[in-house]
Amino acid sequence: MGKLVLTVDDSRTMRDMLRLALTDAGHTVIQADDGQHGVEVLNANPGIEVIVTDINMPRMDGYAFIDHVRRDLQDHSTPILVLTTESEATKKQRAREAGATGWIVKPFDPQKLVAAINRVAP
Amino acid sequence: MDPMEAIKQTYFQECEELLLAMEEGLIAMEGGEADSEAINAVFRAVHSIKGGGGAFGFESLVSFAHQFETVLDHVRSGKLDPDAQVVKVLLRAGDILADHVAAARSGQPLGEDHDRDVKEELAVLADGEATGGAEVAADFDDLDFTPMQIQIEDGEGAAPAAAGWRIRFAPHASLYANANDPLLIVRELKGLGNVEVEADLSKLPSLAEMDPANAYLAWTLTVHGDAPRGAIDEAFDFVTGDCDLEIEALAADSSTEPVSAPAGEFSEMPAPSVLVAEGRAAEAVRNDEKKGAPAAEPVAAVKQTIRVDLDKVDRLVNLVGELVITQAMLAQRVFEAEVQGAAAVGSGLVELEHLLRDLQESVMAIRTQPVKSVFQRMPRLVRELAVQTSKQVRLVLEGEATEVDKTVIDRLGEPLTHMIRNAIDHGLETPDERREAGKPEEGTVRLSAEHRGGRIVIELSDDGRGINRERVKEKAIEKGLIPATAALSDEEIDNLIFLPGFSTASEVSNISGRGVGMDVVRRNIVELGGRIVIASTPKRGSRFILTLPLTLAVLDGMVVGVGDQTFVLPLTHIVESLQPRKEDIRPFSRERSLLHIRDSYVPLVRTDELLGVKGAQTDPSKGVVILVESEGAGRLALTVDAIIGQRQVVIKSFEGNYQRIEGIAAATILGDGRVALILDVDGLVTRCRTNLNSDQIDQQATGTFG
Repeated sequence: MGKLVLTVDDSRTMRDMLRLALTDAGHTVIQADDGQHGVEVLNANPGIEVIVTDINMPRMDGYAFIDHVRRDLQDHSTPILVLTTESEATKKQRAREAGATGWIVKPFDPQKLVAAINRVAP
Repeated sequence: MDPMEAIKQTYFQECEELLLAMEEGLIAMEGGEADSEAINAVFRAVHSIKGGGGAFGFESLVSFAHQFETVLDHVRSGKLDPDAQVVKVLLRAGDILADHVAAARSGQPLGEDHDRDVKEELAVLADGEATGGAEVAADFDDLDFTPMQIQIEDGEGAAPAAAGWRIRFAPHASLYANANDPLLIVRELKGLGNVEVEADLSKLPSLAEMDPANAYLAWTLTVHGDAPRGAIDEAFDFVTGDCDLEIEALAADSSTEPVSAPAGEFSEMPAPSVLVAEGRAAEAVRNDEKKGAPAAEPVAAVKQTIRVDLDKVDRLVNLVGELVITQAMLAQRVFEAEVQGAAAVGSGLVELEHLLRDLQESVMAIRTQPVKSVFQRMPRLVRELAVQTSKQVRLVLEGEATEVDKTVIDRLGEPLTHMIRNAIDHGLETPDERREAGKPEEGTVRLSAEHRGGRIVIELSDDGRGINRERVKEKAIEKGLIPATAALSDEEIDNLIFLPGFSTASEVSNISGRGVGMDVVRRNIVELGGRIVIASTPKRGSRFILTLPLTLAVLDGMVVGVGDQTFVLPLTHIVESLQPRKEDIRPFSRERSLLHIRDSYVPLVRTDELLGVKGAQTDPSKGVVILVESEGAGRLALTVDAIIGQRQVVIKSFEGNYQRIEGIAAATILGDGRVALILDVDGLVTRCRTNLNSDQIDQQATGTFG
């Protein structure tokens, strides 16, 4: 069943690609430009079921964003997937410590993205 | 369009912005003014370019960006001090990255060794950590978890295929706190084969002692079948590090042990994730706060922007233009009709007019952008030219925030580029020559922009050798552009470089001698409704001053009547208007006359004849003469019947609806609803005068013209 997915990425290209892949798979997408914007969108949309976020972003980066969701908003049930590149093992770990549920390796294969979403939010 | 193709276009657009942001940051670093956020922004820009490039399979771009990013990461983390030497390499790397983007966009691959030198320099700065492997290993020390060794088996190895897997799985509290759910993992395993689940409740405390945020349950999962190890690992991929996990292969002949709970009943077990989700994950919080993800930096008030299709803005500009016209028509009709209470309606209309003017200005302002987007391209050009010419050049940019219409911005890049090429190639001396001339070895090129009198003034100056007037004059005589006897002022000689066909051929080099002369630069500027002048001082340098309109959507014009037609003459081209005396009009040839104005003669042209208009005043001394000046071809006196007034008109382009017409620039709709043509003064003057300049007219007033 389609989910309401929040994507947080400062790159327009990446946002568009995420939207295309996710909407093709029947999900509905809300976009945010960075972590700070993500927080605002999240506060305004309590129905968000899955979050996909980039790490390197201006204003509020991915770690701080995840940390905010888990610590400040006390939300431990919304799955958060981080976008990371293959070589960034440390980033995966840091994201996990901040509270990420899983990750998607960039450049992502749309099928894998959808599979990852299914895995955390079937 | 194919959605991926559309995203690719977005990517290239975004790359342009990112490259500018990168360059801006690098230049700030060069000036030693970069704070950590500026360095971060550079890193992010390169990172984003790499990310998108990877998605589209631009391999050489990604490979280069990766190397670049590694070095930037070192700078960002403080491992590498961005001294002048480092920043120099970074700037060059930025240029190469831009080349990669351009190559990806055009589909023309860069030469194999195009980025080799810079890449090697980056590799040196990256300290041989190009793969990032060493860094990753080092960083693991900071983390208080143990990375799991993952054995990679391809399933075709020597080991006999396992009959299944036994998995011991004990989640930590953090697994739940991160919104992972053991149930989902079990479901995923069920997709790989038959799964038996045995719950280990031994750690479960009494209800009174239970902390809802903690994790107490563990499971032994047995997966039957020939699922590869990789698939099992993948199922636990997200939770590795948030659980104790042991995975062992079942021997092919070993019988499975009995299990207490079949998989089907698993979902009926208490779901700990719910408890955790609702309770306070105290332990997890404490753990994570120690390690401390960086707190969000205080958020400064950010200017909000939206991205709007230019067509939409243009439609708005057009509509507001129509609105202004409609208001003017309405006002005129009200006064003509002399309806009762016309005065009250009139004052309302005057107010409406003011509001519409404000509205129009605000709408026009949407189309404006800072000239920064053009100026920012210049530092790279200067760096490249400095290397090619072995000169030392400092570029000073001023007034980058000055705003001007987007169309003007878009079309400013080319002429400015050419002028900067000229300034560095021809204007500036070599370091040796400069030293001998008592100047600093480093030459300065200054590019500035400012608003002045409703126009934008862009100035490009250098402190080089200035224009060699002797040579310019010789060339002009040699090419027959001026008579050998012409007595020209210094200023007039300097301006000869703008004449079509003028090119000091002996100075042509591979940098600026690319077939584009200053005449083309001037034509570009004139097409934008601008002017360009030069002021040069020998041995001290040259100054080019460009004045351009702030917008191309409206124009200040003089509305004139000729016969049954109404025309608009752009105000910028009008020198003066006068009613000539009969004796000032001298017949010149069968078809033309000259008008004697003060001490000079100007060709007098019957506008009605020129444009084929009927019913016009045939005696110029009974009408009005408007003296216009073109950018390239001198002055002309145009006869008209009457001046109707001076007003701002909205430009309606012909090209979009009809075709280009020589001598006509565009059309507009006047207040009374009539269409009026806007005359293209340059086109008219060129048509009438060929290439003679005013000096020749003076000298040849009694000879033949034309």
